[in-house]
Amino acid sequence: MDADIVDLIIVGAGPAGLAAACEARKWGLGVTLLDEQGATGGQIYRAVDAASAKRRSVLGEDYAAGAELTAAFAGSGARHIAGAAVWNVGRDLKVNYVQGGANRVLQARQIVLASGAMERPFPIPGWTLPGVMGAGAAQILYKSAGALPTDPVVLAGCGPLLYLLASQYLHAGARLKAVVHTTQRRDYVRASSHLAGALLGWRDLRKGIRMLGELRRNGVPVYAGAEGFSIEGADRAEAFCFTYKGSRKRIESSLVLLHQGVVPNTQLSWSLRAKHRWNDAQLCWEPETDEYGQIEASGIYVAGDSRGIVGAKASASQGRLAALAIATKLDRPGRDQRLARESEVRDELRNQLHIRPFLDALYRPPAAHRMPPEDSVIVCRCEEVTAGQIRKYVELGCQGPNQTKAFGRCGMGPCQGRLCGLTVTELIAGARGVPHDDVGYYRIRPPIKPVTIGELAGLV
Amino acid sequence: MHTKTLSPVAALFRSDDVPASGSVTLRFDGRPITAPAGISVAAALLLNGVGPFRTTPVRSAPRAPYCMMGVCFDCLVEVDGNASRQACLTVVRDGMEVRRQEGASSLPLPTQGEGHGR
Repeated sequence: MDADIVDLIIVGAGPAGLAAACEARKWGLGVTLLDEQGATGGQIYRAVDAASAKRRSVLGEDYAAGAELTAAFAGSGARHIAGAAVWNVGRDLKVNYVQGGANRVLQARQIVLASGAMERPFPIPGWTLPGVMGAGAAQILYKSAGALPTDPVVLAGCGPLLYLLASQYLHAGARLKAVVHTTQRRDYVRASSHLAGALLGWRDLRKGIRMLGELRRNGVPVYAGAEGFSIEGADRAEAFCFTYKGSRKRIESSLVLLHQGVVPNTQLSWSLRAKHRWNDAQLCWEPETDEYGQIEASGIYVAGDSRGIVGAKASASQGRLAALAIATKLDRPGRDQRLARESEVRDELRNQLHIRPFLDALYRPPAAHRMPPEDSVIVCRCEEVTAGQIRKYVELGCQGPNQTKAFGRCGMGPCQGRLCGLTVTELIAGARGVPHDDVGYYRIRPPIKPVTIGELAGLV
Repeated sequence: MHTKTLSPVAALFRSDDVPASGSVTLRFDGRPITAPAGISVAAALLLNGVGPFRTTPVRSAPRAPYCMMGVCFDCLVEVDGNASRQACLTVVRDGMEVRRQEGASSLPLPTQGEGHGR
């Protein structure tokens, strides 16, 4: 089986990957989809097929709607390889992965990377303590295990997911000690220039307003425009601290859920040496692609949030567009019908993207929570390199993230820079006073997932 | 039994509903722990009041899951004798032996008589 050439290999079973697979199957392509999880859905629709009626109701109709996509995929005739950790994608269109301790390789004619997003790192004092997690992480715990905070919890940061989780917790019967968010007047001013777009995406806007109203009605203390976050605790989180209206506040809590938006998971596109550019509206790297998401003329496409944050629905549309381009490239019959289909998908994508500039501007995370002013804050969680050390490296002549490795092993731990890369780029660009594109990123090399020597030795 | 049982009130998370697909029993540092079938080891430990999952190789600082989706590597534990497994990507199984990881993980070295000089 492994020697066969697959028309299309897709990495990632979130909305982009699933939609790409369904679209490609419609035009007769053979599709194999690889994903790290046991079930399809990605993080946004995580465990949607297994979720109880109660869980689906708590998580809301946007989540429950994911079941249509997972069902369409299940009936599409695409092959699903679950529990597969893809550790290398090559320019030769070979994909290496480990599944159940066995190392395998597949050859594709074309590839779609749909590795999605991850929560933006939140480097503040105390963010490495047990009891501090991403709000998205806590949401995954609910989706996949029905786990809710035992005691009243603090949610802090900014962005739609923060309010969504707060609302879901209220519905599920979990208690909220406080919602502390950083959005303030200057963010509304910045966002107001994108209001026309937001009004075109009024459905999303209304959903956001409804969630904030819900918090108020439920008597949850909401601190708006807060800053200077930190977490206190010796060997676990004990209290969440912040500055509100000029004075320092302290809320005792053993669980603090942080969130300041999501960023593309670019590990695979970086490992392919694709050119990336800094997106200053979203404060992250994104791979340079053509309009269908193709990296140069590589036969490798990127779709969904791993190409730049667009949200679940637009991710699915991008997946469809990539699949349409691939079907035409591989000369599948139906070229004219595909042109009509493509213009339909482009229309839906345009509608889905209307609200994005407004959201990016409104929920822009503050500089002090991206580039910690306190020297002692850990930036690289794995190798425990601090913001002060990074600044010191720059003083000593360090030009970019790659060199921080030689200075102090920054970015060289098991997470391979996923949790520090953006912070290090921003810190160095700030300290040197040069554009992010001049500072660059880590050189990411395969294996991009942990693989044992034993597993490598078993490579066939 | 002489084991320190973890008080359920210490757990940061509780289970919202009764699992439909039954439960499994695994062991954490030798202590039996029950968890709904199909969930991750990370979720199971958090539901059972496990605080730190490991300590770091550099400063021996305690860590627990941060991302729950396989990117932060802070949930590394030893599973059935294999070090540095991502607890959030590993599904619970009956009889699974999970251990907290202190500092750097070590490679299982060949036992005496197997040859290779050190």
